[in-house]
Amino acid sequence: MIQFLQNLGKTTRASFTKLGRATFFLLQVLAGIFSVLLRPRLLLNQLYSVGVLSFLIITISGLFVGMVLGLQGYYILSDFGAEATLGVMVAASLVRELGPVVSALLFAGRAGSALTAEIGLMKATEQLSGMEMMAVDPIRRIISPRFLAGCLSMPLLTALFSAVGIVGGHLTGCGLLGVDEGAYWSQMQASIDFRDDIINGVIKSFVFGWATTWIALFEGYDAIPTSEGVSRATTRTVVNSAFSILGLDFILTALMFGDN
Amino acid sequence: MQHTSTQDTLVGLFVAAGIAGLFFLSFQASNLSSFTQKDTYTVTARFDNSGGLKIKSPVSAAGVKIGQVSNISFDPKTYQSVVVMQIEAQYNTLPDDTTASVFTAGLLGEQYVSLEPGGSETFLKDHSAIDITQPAIILEKAIGQFLFKAAEEKK
Repeated sequence: MIQFLQNLGKTTRASFTKLGRATFFLLQVLAGIFSVLLRPRLLLNQLYSVGVLSFLIITISGLFVGMVLGLQGYYILSDFGAEATLGVMVAASLVRELGPVVSALLFAGRAGSALTAEIGLMKATEQLSGMEMMAVDPIRRIISPRFLAGCLSMPLLTALFSAVGIVGGHLTGCGLLGVDEGAYWSQMQASIDFRDDIINGVIKSFVFGWATTWIALFEGYDAIPTSEGVSRATTRTVVNSAFSILGLDFILTALMFGDN
Repeated sequence: MQHTSTQDTLVGLFVAAGIAGLFFLSFQASNLSSFTQKDTYTVTARFDNSGGLKIKSPVSAAGVKIGQVSNISFDPKTYQSVVVMQIEAQYNTLPDDTTASVFTAGLLGEQYVSLEPGGSETFLKDHSAIDITQPAIILEKAIGQFLFKAAEEKK
């Protein structure tokens, strides 16, 4: 019994310590962003590996998610003779929820895990301590550019995901199933609000990008410097990112769409 | 690094595609394109019942949207609902005996104000009021009346 209580206290304390370290790490990273702006080349390289390399998976998934929404939406809506509102259904679900959430989950799997593995391996092969020996701050040189690139890429990737998804819904809805094209677009334009839907979606995706990149970078930086430690850290990145994305999504949705 | 310039191009393409996606969402999929602030003039109408009319509900004439509802309030003296409408300035030839009615688009659709021009030769101006109005038809009320009537006839 005593043993159990001891273990409980130990793990609780360990998780709080980790949260504290993560917060301190985030502050250091944020402080390092200034020096990134002085060296945009570092940011550009990271935008490539974080953003451009996630481009393909995001667009293809967006296309298929939109196409499936078009099919399922049509089957359900045609029961009520409301096929004309298919555009609204596809666009609202993509812009408000599916776009930010699914692209953030894909982003965590595609870019987040890569970031953790990269930084964890840098730590395991003592590149980070090597940099410190040469008086180069690894947080400024390695971490901050990646953080900024993640925060900037996510909104762009989400916008692409939603846009491609809406086109995908149009392909199946109007192309295969014969929904009226004018109704698809005009009902969508009438119902989707720029401020309430699109801007809120962008805010969501920015928050998700921030959370995912933070988790990925911290797990890599905090990994036990062995091959097993890095593999565990990578797993934790994907799991923790998924939890925090879905949890944050609930909170943000309650805050943003609650009052109407 | 040798491949830097291709990398730059790809990053540029990525950012451009992302921004294009945002623009697509803003202009093709949302109401931003109809947001452009047009010149409008204000007209008020008093209804006995404005039903489910909301702020931003469309105001149409002959089925064409010419403006929107900007405010709805209750007048405690006449017990009527006061609906303020913004009508686009280019449609400034509505006669002052225009009838305003609250209709529903389809059986379950949203409610809108329909304006039917009369025959007068003076036109509605900014801040003028529409005197002839027709309240919204409340479906429950109509069904209730119908049932009541049917029961009366049976007796």
